[in-house]
Amino acid sequence: MSAPRTGFTKKQRDALIDPLFNNNPIALQVLGICSALAVTTKMEAALVMCVALTAVLIGSNVAVSLIRDKIPSSIRIVVQLTIIASLVIVTDQVLKAFLFDVSKQLSVFVGLIITNCIVMGRAEAYAMQNGPVLSFFDAVGNGLGYSIILIFVAFFRELLGSGKLFGIQLLPLYTEGGWYNPNGLMVLAPGAFFLIGIFIWALRVWKPDQIEAE
Amino acid sequence: MSQPSVAYTIGFAAVLCAVCSVLVAGSALSLKDMQEANKILDRRKKVLQVAGLMKEGASLEPAQIDTLFDDNIEARLVVLDEGAYYDGQQFTANSFDQRKVAKDPEFSEVAPKNAAKVGRVPEVAVTFHVKGEGGNVNQLILPIEGKGLWSTMYGYLCVETDTNTICGITFYEHGETPGLGGEVDNPSWKAQWPGREIHDAEGNIAIKVVKGKAGPVETAPHQVDGLSGATLTSNGVTNTLQFWLGENGWGPYLDNFKSGSAG
Repeated sequence: MSAPRTGFTKKQRDALIDPLFNNNPIALQVLGICSALAVTTKMEAALVMCVALTAVLIGSNVAVSLIRDKIPSSIRIVVQLTIIASLVIVTDQVLKAFLFDVSKQLSVFVGLIITNCIVMGRAEAYAMQNGPVLSFFDAVGNGLGYSIILIFVAFFRELLGSGKLFGIQLLPLYTEGGWYNPNGLMVLAPGAFFLIGIFIWALRVWKPDQIEAE
Repeated sequence: MSQPSVAYTIGFAAVLCAVCSVLVAGSALSLKDMQEANKILDRRKKVLQVAGLMKEGASLEPAQIDTLFDDNIEARLVVLDEGAYYDGQQFTANSFDQRKVAKDPEFSEVAPKNAAKVGRVPEVAVTFHVKGEGGNVNQLILPIEGKGLWSTMYGYLCVETDTNTICGITFYEHGETPGLGGEVDNPSWKAQWPGREIHDAEGNIAIKVVKGKAGPVETAPHQVDGLSGATLTSNGVTNTLQFWLGENGWGPYLDNFKSGSAG
C-alpha cells in the first residue's frame, strides 16, 4: 500500500480498510447474511439498515473496549449482549420516532441486529483486545464492509426487481405501459443469495487468497 | 487476568444493568410522543389515500396531512354488534388503536369461525366519514383485516353512503409474495374496485374476487379480477370482505347507517 496520506497510523488504517474487501464480514466471514437477504429489496431500507447497524457496531465496540479490563471474563458474553441489546433498542426507538416509514419496512430486522453475528463477533474478537480508538475504526470498517454488500445487493434487487431506485421508477414497467418486465426472483430472498454469491465469486477472482483450501 | 471475586462479578452485572436500563427507558420515554404522533399521522395518510384525497406516493408535510384530514374526515367510533355509535368515555376516536383493542380480552371477543381467519373482533371499531360540502357524509371508510396466503392483510374499504357501492380499497400492510399476492397493493388492481357493488338483488354479500378477468362494472358489478398466480390471496380478500361486511363485522352498522338509525 502507498505511503499514508492521512494522519492515521497503519494499525488504524488497517482496522478501517481491511473489512471492506480483504476481510469482509459478509463475503469472507459470511456473517450477517440474514439481514442481507431480508432488507435489501429497496435501497432506502437497506441504507437505513446499514446506518443502524454501523451505529450499533460503533457503540458496542467502543463501549466494550472502554470497559474491557473491568469485565469479569466469566460473564463477558452476557455483558456484551446486554450492551448490544440496549443499543439496538435505542436505535429502534430513534428510527420509530424519526424515520417512521422506513422503520415499518425494516420491522423486526432492526431488533434482530442483536443477533447479527457481526456485532457480537467484533465485540468479542476485537474490542475485548484493543483500545477504544482502534475499536472505533474497526467498527466503522466492518460497518462499511457490511454496507457495501447490502447496497450492492439492494441496488440490483430494486432495479431489476421493480425497475426503481430509491422508489423512483427508472425502468417503465410493462404492466404500466412501459417495456420492462420485472424479474420476480429479485424481489424474493433467493435473488439476494445469487447476488451475494456473484459478489463473493468476483471478490475471490480479484483476491484469490480468499479461496478456502480444498 | 486473575478470576475476579463473585461479589465483584455480581456488582459489575448490577451496575451494567442499571446503566443499560436507564438508557433504554430514557430513550423509550423521551421519544414516545413523537412515535405516537407518527402512528396517528400514518393512519391519517392511509385514510386520505383510500378516500382519494391524497395521491399514493405523494409526500405531504405533516401539517398539510392534518389540515386535509381535519377538513374532510371525521373519525367515529361504532359499537360493532349494535351497529350504533359509541358513547362511552373509555376511547376517543382520534387516537383509537383498533388493532390494540382487538387484542385486549376486556374489549374484544373471539370471532366465530370464519374463512378470513379473523381471530378476535373488537367491541368498538373506528370508521372514518368523508365529508362533502355542508358537512354531509359522502363516504364511509371501514378498517378490514383478514388472512391472505401467508399473512394477515390490513386495509381499508371505502363504501358510498348507499352502503352498497364500493369507492375504493387499500391494503396497507401485508406479507404476501411480492409480485404475486403482493399485487393487492398494485394501484391498477385497486382501480377496478370503485363502482362495484357489495350486495346482490337478494341482499346477500356477493362481492368476490374471481379467477381471471371479471369484466367492467356494468357486466360484472359484484366481481373483481383475480390476482394472477395468487388465487389464495384473492380468496383471502373475498373472505375478508365477506366477514367484515357481514353480521359479525360492519353489517349492523351499515344497515343502521342506511336506515338513519345509527344514532
